[in-house]
Amino acid sequence: MGKIYIENKAYEVNNGQNLLHACLSLGLDLPYFCWHPAMHSVGACRQCAVKQFKDESDTKGRIVMACMTPAASGARISIDDPEAKAFRANVIEWMMCSHPHDCPVCDEGGECHLQDMTLMTGHVSRSYRFRKRTYRNQYLGPFLNHEMNRCIQCYRCVRFYRDYAGGTDLNVFSSHDNVYFGRHEDGVLENEFSGNLAEVCPTGVFTDKTFKRHFTRKWDLQSAPSVCVHCGVGCNTIPGERYNELRRISNRYNGEVNRYFLCDRGRYGYEFVNGHRRLREPRQRGDGDDKRLTAKEAVIAAARLISSGKGAAGIGSPRASLEANFALRSLVGPDNFYMGVSGRDLRAITLASENLLNGPARSPSLREIEGSDAVLLIGEDVTNTAPVLALALRQAARNGPVTEASKLRIPFWDDGAVRTATQGMKGSFYLLAPYATKLDDIAKERYCASPDGMARLGFAIAHEIDKALPGVDDLPEDERELAGRIADGLMKAERPVVVAGMSLGSEPIINAAARVAWALCKAGKEAGLHYSFPECNSLGAAMLERKSLDEAFIAAGKGKHEIAIILENDLSRRLGPGYLEAIKSFRQIIVLDSIVTPASTAAGLLLPSASFAQSDGTLVNSEGRAQRHFKVFTAEAPVMESWRWISDIKKKLGIFGWGTINDITRELAKELPAFERLPDRWVGISGMKIARQTHRASGRTAVTAERTVFEPKPPEDPDAPFLFSMEGFHGQPPSPFIPRFWAPGWNSIQSVNKFQSEVGRALRGGDPGLRLIEPGHSLKEPSSLIIPPAFKRRKGEWLLVPIYHIFGSEEMSVLSPSVATLVPDPYLGLGAREAAIIGVRAGEELSVKVSGAVLRLPVRIISRLPEGLAGLPVLPDLPVLPLPGWCVLSKVKLSAA
Amino acid sequence: MTERPLTGRMRPDGEALDIAGYEKAGGYQALRRALRMSPKEVQDAVSASNLRGRGGAGFSTGIKWSFVPMGASAPRPKYLVANADEMEPGAFKDRYLLEGDPHQLIEGMIISAFAIEAEAAYVFIRWEYQLGAERVQKAISEAYERKYLGSDILGSGFTLDIRLHTGAGRYICGEETALLNALEGRRAIPRQKPPFPQTCGLWGRPTVVNNVETLCNVPHIVLNGAEWYKKLSRSTDGGTKLYGASGRVKRPGLWELPMGTTIREILEEHAGGMCDGYRLRAIMPGGASTEFLTAERLDVKMDFDSVAAAGSRLGTGTMVVMDDSVCPVRALHNLESFFSRESCGWCTPCREGLPWVEKTLEAIEKGEGEPEDLEILGEHGSSLWVGRTFCALAPGAMEPLRSALALFKDDFERHISEKRCPYR
Repeated sequence: MGKIYIENKAYEVNNGQNLLHACLSLGLDLPYFCWHPAMHSVGACRQCAVKQFKDESDTKGRIVMACMTPAASGARISIDDPEAKAFRANVIEWMMCSHPHDCPVCDEGGECHLQDMTLMTGHVSRSYRFRKRTYRNQYLGPFLNHEMNRCIQCYRCVRFYRDYAGGTDLNVFSSHDNVYFGRHEDGVLENEFSGNLAEVCPTGVFTDKTFKRHFTRKWDLQSAPSVCVHCGVGCNTIPGERYNELRRISNRYNGEVNRYFLCDRGRYGYEFVNGHRRLREPRQRGDGDDKRLTAKEAVIAAARLISSGKGAAGIGSPRASLEANFALRSLVGPDNFYMGVSGRDLRAITLASENLLNGPARSPSLREIEGSDAVLLIGEDVTNTAPVLALALRQAARNGPVTEASKLRIPFWDDGAVRTATQGMKGSFYLLAPYATKLDDIAKERYCASPDGMARLGFAIAHEIDKALPGVDDLPEDERELAGRIADGLMKAERPVVVAGMSLGSEPIINAAARVAWALCKAGKEAGLHYSFPECNSLGAAMLERKSLDEAFIAAGKGKHEIAIILENDLSRRLGPGYLEAIKSFRQIIVLDSIVTPASTAAGLLLPSASFAQSDGTLVNSEGRAQRHFKVFTAEAPVMESWRWISDIKKKLGIFGWGTINDITRELAKELPAFERLPDRWVGISGMKIARQTHRASGRTAVTAERTVFEPKPPEDPDAPFLFSMEGFHGQPPSPFIPRFWAPGWNSIQSVNKFQSEVGRALRGGDPGLRLIEPGHSLKEPSSLIIPPAFKRRKGEWLLVPIYHIFGSEEMSVLSPSVATLVPDPYLGLGAREAAIIGVRAGEELSVKVSGAVLRLPVRIISRLPEGLAGLPVLPDLPVLPLPGWCVLSKVKLSAA
Repeated sequence: MTERPLTGRMRPDGEALDIAGYEKAGGYQALRRALRMSPKEVQDAVSASNLRGRGGAGFSTGIKWSFVPMGASAPRPKYLVANADEMEPGAFKDRYLLEGDPHQLIEGMIISAFAIEAEAAYVFIRWEYQLGAERVQKAISEAYERKYLGSDILGSGFTLDIRLHTGAGRYICGEETALLNALEGRRAIPRQKPPFPQTCGLWGRPTVVNNVETLCNVPHIVLNGAEWYKKLSRSTDGGTKLYGASGRVKRPGLWELPMGTTIREILEEHAGGMCDGYRLRAIMPGGASTEFLTAERLDVKMDFDSVAAAGSRLGTGTMVVMDDSVCPVRALHNLESFFSRESCGWCTPCREGLPWVEKTLEAIEKGEGEPEDLEILGEHGSSLWVGRTFCALAPGAMEPLRSALALFKDDFERHISEKRCPYR
């Protein structure tokens, strides 16, 4: 920290930053375009010009770009200087030369940074009288609309897409006033983070195409803070709703989690909420009957069913909130509650959560991962299973090079110079994966092997760090050397992070990751251990319940349960093709879910649940951070939150129910010590309630004007400190309750600057969420810690590993039409050599026999997939199989006829 | 007859001096001498000579080199780049050197690379200089054959490789950092300075970019000493200078003359004065991106400081002569069309401001000008200025505009008030 002078007034600022960052952090308004808090300065747009003075006696000063000037102690600047002001207005005028001024028909209107900055500079009328430049627009896929005429050439899009997110197929073409931002030809943008362009673009060049189909102005969107449900990262989101339709998802800054960006699955997966697969009314089935019920009838039917049989089993879900799970647990009793995942999967997530609790390595937040100086990633294709984690790792890999640049006295925020100085340099990012992934380009070392092979290398690395740990004796020399190099790289770091996950179902990988992290801790490093959990509440589920589906079926087989109540869970995804047979262990099935799933077809009673956007709840992300999502809008009756159905059923059964979700949170906290501190964060907030609608919301009496001109009474919300109204609190609430980012003069998402303690740092009062898992002090080795033997290929058999796809492998997002168009067709993955040995070419079909199923699939060549392995994608059209598993491949014989 | 170290040995038939001819004329002797010196001694000799960069900026070559980290701890590899992207309208001096005596450039590059301990060098040549490229390539091959290039040059232990790179034809590639981007295969846009190329240049490594003419001076300084070199000059800047004149003069051409020769001498003695029937109106002393000087300024010495004191820039030293039959508005429109087209598109003022200037000038020239246009042009003259734009391209484009608005105000006003070009 140090003093700088603005208009001769002294201010304390962060001297490591530039003047633009300093001014914005002080809450001063200084317009900018090319600068972005996550991508820093390049000095292209020239919008943030200020006047800098040498010292007190300097009256002349000179114009400098604030973003390119260090906020050095003693710096003297003027923002209000007439010359600087005039120049800033000039810059806007230049940008306006060819800008079409089509705000009334532009989707960006009302949340446009260009509009905001134009007003801020005071530019009003344009003297340019010549023809405007025009461009041809491109088809960029289902997510983004392209309107190049609006472009002001700030270069942010390509800087985000290429430099920040590692994309390659968006670029800048041509030169002078004909600069063009697009692809080399029309086509779907390939990068998993392309949707951020809608927020990164300061105007309406890239806009949300799904939003366009049901467009409404930002100020007419009703919103509340929410959490993404499409993977375990737990990105904070702002869903926007109008007229009972979810219109879009935008980013909600959380300094510890997603910060400025979301992945495309998280941004575009939302449409399942409006989709045709939504369950909208209770149904009762039986004896060929399929009856619609009212809510009241459904509750009676459920209560009757539950009391009709012996001990109802409750089957929870890693995609349902803690509260919904706990409500079900409470309805059936702890003994009869099971987590709705296979025994194998539950063992894996439990093992990972225990490693976090028992070992000395802390589970770092995404921000901490971004800040780490060395990363070892074992066996997880995070780009496809936890995309925003992949984005964070990509930034972490740059920390080493940025440090190198600082030795040339290049500040980290001088992005152009840093990239010039560090080109060709790679940070300490070590990648172990079963096949080539999208992070290969940043890896210093990469290694592809079978799950056991990766775990073995992990154990070997741990041994290199701590020779007291058992080594892997039969490791080939080159792999031993690789382990040595990786261990060296990790040991050179101060804050190394080891990342692994459950997507390969491999306990050895989970343990190997822990052992490396613990060895680093023992060596005095502030090492982090991050597990990528598969679903939005997998870790919460594991903390809640240790009994799996396997145990539920065993108990049912023994006659303990006749009825099963399945909460927000498609058991066909857990049990594979055998699920129909398995659930016959129960006489009756009650399903509560927001969507119709294959499993719910077997249900005798179906209760329609509210979606994440229509309910409150707490989810625990992979960091162990509990985060609360709030209702954005109310579900239309008879749809209700799962916990409310359960509460009503309880009441019908004559047991005490709950009034609000907070009652459940409190009870959960009391009963299970792991959740003890939960209520502190979200429960018992008093004072004026926060308006979910903006102060500019329009049409409040027009909505029902064909019936009445009186405004309908807004729905009540006893659960949360929000109102379904434009009335209420409009200031800056505590960070977990920020329903949208807006500040006077700042209508775009850039207004988040105004909500942070310092630009790019924590939200005022601290970032949302509550960490539930902190490392143990004594190291307790997991009992299952065994170094697996080397992978041996089998004759005539291949080890089939799952291959994940950002679009396709997650249950809910594939129900969104835009996402659905990008789901790949089923295939069988083989390495090029393996395919040659079998004698198949890409596109030719093979028959795949695995765990009793026989599939016929075209071959796709998977780069670097090791010999002896084959890959099966996790896709909606393919059965869920317990993978990895051995399979038999055979050529499909063409029938003679 | 004054000494003409740079051009004195060139063949009169316009063919390039081959290696045998070059060696016979004393070529590569400077290299032998330099290799017996230490890099520091070579740097010192060049500093002492007061050699200033001939690309146009006039920065001291010795000081430029002194910023390069030296010794065993310096980042490697280090690079030397010859800027042969001569694209300033009116300039053709480097072309003359490239085509006439390519070995002189090669020798200058080897010595300069030795002075900064670089192990690799590039000649970045303008695409249109096909003949020059051919001849430089041949000279590089000949130099490799005679062991002036490659490993352990002349048994000195010094190793250097030179490669020729042909640009894709952009004016901005003459800007040294844009040149480096282009050389790396990136978009030719300038880089932020600092860091300067000497510490963070080509592929992020220490790099010196020198103009062709600058490098050609180096062998002569090494061979004959700084004192001899300074004495060649009629001013404080050392050496001779290639001066050129184009436009309606009797003998347009290029002459190697003592640094500090007056405009009058160049124009009247060497270029033979104005063509019959034409009167001198103004000159741009250093190419298209320099301010106009009128006939009253003919006695200004053509060296960096004197031309600057007169309100313009020496630039490339190749003057463009404007006679009284030329419409200044039309001439300016021609210039600004060039600059506007050659803007790289990186920063807003240059990308959007130059086309606006160009269109305004076009409108005025066509008789469609409006009284406010002069104000708009004037505003651009001050807002597209140093420090406000990312690099020097737009300020360079504004130099002729600013001076023309002052010097030829009447012409602009007549175009607007008469709604036609009075020169047609």
